[in-house]
Amino acid sequence: MAFEGLADRLQSVMNKIRGKGKVTEADVKDMMREVRLALLEADVNFKVVKDFVKRVSERAVGQEVLKSLTPGQQVIKVVKEELTALMGGEQSKIAVATRPPTVIMMVGLQGAGKTTTTGKLANLLRKKYNRKPLLVAADIYRPAAIQQLETLGKQLNMPVFSLGDQVSPVEIAKQAIAKAKEEHHDYVLIDTAGRLHIDEALMDELKQIKEVTKPDEIFLVVDAMTGQDAVNVAQSFNEQLGLTGIILTKLDGDTRGGAALSIKAVTNTPIKFVGMGEKLDALEPFHPERMASRILGMGDVLTLIEKAQAAVDEEKAKELEQKMRTMSFTLDDFLEQLGQVRKMGPLDEILKMLPGANKMKGLNNIQIDEKQISHVEAIIRSMTKEEKMNPEIINASRKKRIAKGSGTSVQEVNRLLKQFDEMKKMMKMMTTMTKGKKKGFRFPFM
Amino acid sequence: MSFFKKLKEKITKQADSVTEKFKQGLSKTRDSFAGRVNDLIARYRKVDEEFFEELEEILIAADVGVTTVMELIDELKMEVKRRNIQDPKEMQAVISEKLVDIYRGDDDNLATLNIQENGLTVILFVGVNGVGKTTTIGKLAHKLKSEGKTVMLAAGDTFRAGAIEQLEVWGERVGAEVIKQSAGSDPAAVMYDAIQAAKARHVDVLLCDTAGRLQNKVNLMKELEKVKRVIEREIPSAPHEVLLVLDATTGQNAMSQVKIFKEATNVTGIVLTKLDGTAKGGIVLAIRNELNIPVKLVGLGEKMDDLQEFDPEQYVYGLFADLLEEPQP
Repeated sequence: MAFEGLADRLQSVMNKIRGKGKVTEADVKDMMREVRLALLEADVNFKVVKDFVKRVSERAVGQEVLKSLTPGQQVIKVVKEELTALMGGEQSKIAVATRPPTVIMMVGLQGAGKTTTTGKLANLLRKKYNRKPLLVAADIYRPAAIQQLETLGKQLNMPVFSLGDQVSPVEIAKQAIAKAKEEHHDYVLIDTAGRLHIDEALMDELKQIKEVTKPDEIFLVVDAMTGQDAVNVAQSFNEQLGLTGIILTKLDGDTRGGAALSIKAVTNTPIKFVGMGEKLDALEPFHPERMASRILGMGDVLTLIEKAQAAVDEEKAKELEQKMRTMSFTLDDFLEQLGQVRKMGPLDEILKMLPGANKMKGLNNIQIDEKQISHVEAIIRSMTKEEKMNPEIINASRKKRIAKGSGTSVQEVNRLLKQFDEMKKMMKMMTTMTKGKKKGFRFPFM
Repeated sequence: MSFFKKLKEKITKQADSVTEKFKQGLSKTRDSFAGRVNDLIARYRKVDEEFFEELEEILIAADVGVTTVMELIDELKMEVKRRNIQDPKEMQAVISEKLVDIYRGDDDNLATLNIQENGLTVILFVGVNGVGKTTTIGKLAHKLKSEGKTVMLAAGDTFRAGAIEQLEVWGERVGAEVIKQSAGSDPAAVMYDAIQAAKARHVDVLLCDTAGRLQNKVNLMKELEKVKRVIEREIPSAPHEVLLVLDATTGQNAMSQVKIFKEATNVTGIVLTKLDGTAKGGIVLAIRNELNIPVKLVGLGEKMDDLQEFDPEQYVYGLFADLLEEPQP
């Protein structure tokens, strides 16, 4: 997961200070050295690191800490606040032109993921904002780039405007806008060719496209794995084109993604979206405060809740809660539960959003095999209604039948039954616990 | 400046065109990296702690990575002590020497591509998304063809939209047959077909493309293991090279890429692409230093012949070229 390493390092530093009665200047210095190294290893630009460390040290050593009753906590708070500030104030939205179509230009280096992101953005615009985008294939240089966008268009069932690779991108963009007006598309997404920020001829081409199409947004697509050079690239694109936003891709990798921090700090352009997977719906809004929480190992609870709300039917959730209380939770409910959780996304991603999850070493590297869950579903589906209600009646011959029906083995059936049994026991414990003491959930340092 | 003299002599023996390619391709990197080193050397009158601190920053800015930078600085400090160096101007040679040392590694032979004298050579390309695997294959096919070899391409990226078509365009350009199946098919099956075809047609080199994948996706890495297994089963000595393609703009994540791809496919070498940008690709220093995997090819531009065999001497010469030509004050 993104920023994991940074979170780990900061966490170990924070743990040393957390709970201390007093933070001395030497403590802060120690901590800041670790913070500096962690940020550098996370690919945050060294200049940005310097500023950050300086600012945090000043605030941490200053009166704020001394005044506070629990200085350790105060320092963590300072670091988190500064980190959030560094990544930008708040979440940003996509522009809407007063007179449609709204034009969005996608620019960036080769291989950053512009074409894929163009497809994802179009999908998001249609799904979330109910828009009707037109995709424009303006990458005439890379072999088969046009086919790539056309294939994505087919997958999304969306029109792609293309004039082949013999017409200049400026002309393509111009005609695309006319076409969009004619066919009442409210968004035009122009996929441009990847280019080096120092390639004058190709940068001029982008300026011309900008001139002709008057885009409402110019998004720089940046690979989250980019190192120290991210700053130069972003700065150069920004100076030449005037960027309105950044889209960070491949954040579902294990990169620490320090580029996110530096680009924002240097260009002062907001990070609007992040690419979180290879599927066309894996584009998410960027939330600086949530990301900062994640960096500090506080978990991304907000995203998790949002995902759960999108996937879980409230009525059903209430019903389930009732069942858990009255202990009438059956394998059928379990199956439904699995389905709902799966709707939220890949399970390992969900797990990692839980607070403290990246502190638990085992959980850190856990890879949930989605196939195994399919097996579980198959096993339950191969049971009779009666068996699902009362798993106790499942004897050896029934197990054999279930295994055969689901294409699994008796061992797997046994394992599932055992797990289900243990789950029920845990539920029982949990319900008695919450009945007993009404102690609410507490955040690590509140 | 005896080191530079030696370096220059060694290089002048090689073709001028190669030297020119390195000089051209590295011009931006040179401006920012060597330029800064030179600036540093010019500004300081003494090699002191502050000098090293600034050098440390330059190296970190080149993505060399904290661990390797610390090691390198320590070694340089020792060297300075041993030779009793006072004048910063002498540092240039010391730094370059050290860089060549690390880039070259322990074994010179490792750095050249393992192309079989007789029979089929299979080269598997792996890497994360968007590093330039398909482009590198196209360029390498061109290079091998111009050396008189017959080349076949295997379209193993069956996932990304347009990937097969992209390889086909390259196949047409360089005149190499492309073995493919439809999009979404099993890449291991494509490899099987390709090997059978390569054997039947007595091709010299088979270049195998694969879909880009992030190294933390366990299932996708398993798929890659399977691809390699199928190749091994058909030709026990193959693949003769597994090349990890690495984008020079990548930061510290490259370490994780190398480690995990090596575990899955036993990577034998690295192709460093997009070196013609302003990124310095310093991470390969760390890779060489900490993981001991050699860089075998570098991408120095967008043209077909901009893929070159990596030569540490050429590389360092490319970095410091201007210095060698202008008389030292």
